[in-house]
Amino acid sequence: MGITDTGDRLAIRAKNLTKKFNGLTAVDNINLEVVKGEIFAFLGPNGAGKSTTIRMLTTLLQPTNGEIRINGFDPIKEQDKVRKSFGIVFQDPSLDDELTAYENMELHGILYNIPKELRLRRIEELLKMVELWERRNDFIKTFSGGMKRRLEIARGLLHHPSIFFLDEPTLGLDPQTRNQIWNYIFDLNQKEGITVFFTTHYIEEAERIAERIAIIDHGRIIARGTPEDLIIKTNASSLENAFLILTGHTIREEIANNIDQMRMRRRMMQR
Amino acid sequence: MNIIYIFWLRQLKKYFRSKARLFGSLAQPAFFLVALGFGFGPIFSKAGGGDYIAFITPGIITQCILFTAVFSGIDLIWDREFGFLKETLAAPVSRLKIVIGRTLGSATIALIQGIIVLFLSLIIGFRPYDLGRLFFSFFIMFIIAFLFTAFGTTIASFLEDLHGFQFIMNFLLMPLFFLSGALFPLDGLPRVFKAIASFDPLTYGVDALRTCLINISHFGLFMDFFILSTLTLIFLCISSYSFSKMQI
Repeated sequence: MGITDTGDRLAIRAKNLTKKFNGLTAVDNINLEVVKGEIFAFLGPNGAGKSTTIRMLTTLLQPTNGEIRINGFDPIKEQDKVRKSFGIVFQDPSLDDELTAYENMELHGILYNIPKELRLRRIEELLKMVELWERRNDFIKTFSGGMKRRLEIARGLLHHPSIFFLDEPTLGLDPQTRNQIWNYIFDLNQKEGITVFFTTHYIEEAERIAERIAIIDHGRIIARGTPEDLIIKTNASSLENAFLILTGHTIREEIANNIDQMRMRRRMMQR
Repeated sequence: MNIIYIFWLRQLKKYFRSKARLFGSLAQPAFFLVALGFGFGPIFSKAGGGDYIAFITPGIITQCILFTAVFSGIDLIWDREFGFLKETLAAPVSRLKIVIGRTLGSATIALIQGIIVLFLSLIIGFRPYDLGRLFFSFFIMFIIAFLFTAFGTTIASFLEDLHGFQFIMNFLLMPLFFLSGALFPLDGLPRVFKAIASFDPLTYGVDALRTCLINISHFGLFMDFFILSTLTLIFLCISSYSFSKMQI
């Protein structure tokens, strides 16, 4: 099948996707196929190329090479069509601290051209869902990390996207908040059939939430499949163990090796 | 239209909510007006220059607008630093509308600051010569504000962090201000100085404002207006382009 085959079945398709920063390869020739309505996890350690991939999929970064289709649209040529079709929660906060929760939602609604009546109803519905309706008139600077993340989830869903990207959505949050966030996302997927693509370096999250997983390391996808597939394929006792067998290291090696550190430093300089 | 409006509104909301910013940015012009106005006033009038407070009021208003406008570029760096820029860049809206909204918002703030300085000058004894021209001066103030906001946005889209802005302040804004004839008449200056001043866009802003407020003109209002509006268009194009090229 060529990339021109838009395939009604696929929400995300990437072919030979590559991104180089000054000669360093952050994402190396990856292929992705995410089916509409599924929950897909992109699992890998820090600096593996997860965020870079998301930025390319969401029109924020030009790939060095390769082709992408989001709901059949090309992020380079059909930017606005792609942008309308996804919602995103970035790894780092992206709210305006000096505005209130409601104003942040309102601004998003106007950016995505949602008619006023629908906008007001949807904002109320979503703020209630993430349990922030009572705090709607408070400034973001008074919010905790978990509250900010919940608001970002509500905001990302405001324009009824069919694909929801979440880049490390639970990073730095306490277990209780993490559970809460996964519950919202799981519900959305079940009730509204929204496609969820998330990155994480928590193996247990990928295992528990995702239907299919792609493991990325040093910019390359080294394995993919359902959590059970990966365990069976590697003859491992658990997904954690499968990860170790596949990558040759545990995901908790947060002290990145030299190449990773260089890659991260490069990326920071790029910004 | 909605997009432009919402970004304009955002700038204004943030401005009115930050009292420190509001008063902080007015302290310097107020200080200049009082210290220079009363300090050099007697010498200026003894030398036959007339009322010095009246002479520098348009200059100080312009200075206040210049600083507020250029420094609004900091908002952009801030938005990138705190991630809000990502939210706007991932949205299905044209970059041009975002830039225009932001620029209009910051220019409105600079205009408000300029008008406040004008009121301060009224308190210490400044009297504009003609009421109709006074209203036209608001329009001139807005063009100056718009021009230098676009200028500030252009600079900010190239800068990596806030440190660079201090540099800009010392090596760009101060010369722009001092060479503009905000504090002294351009007539009778050495020719080299005059030539340099004629390359300073702020010179035309000061001159236009001075024409409106106290009817003293060096280049003539038409020339001032032509140069200011041309530069505004040019910088709006440059700032839109450099903003659209920003990656996060």
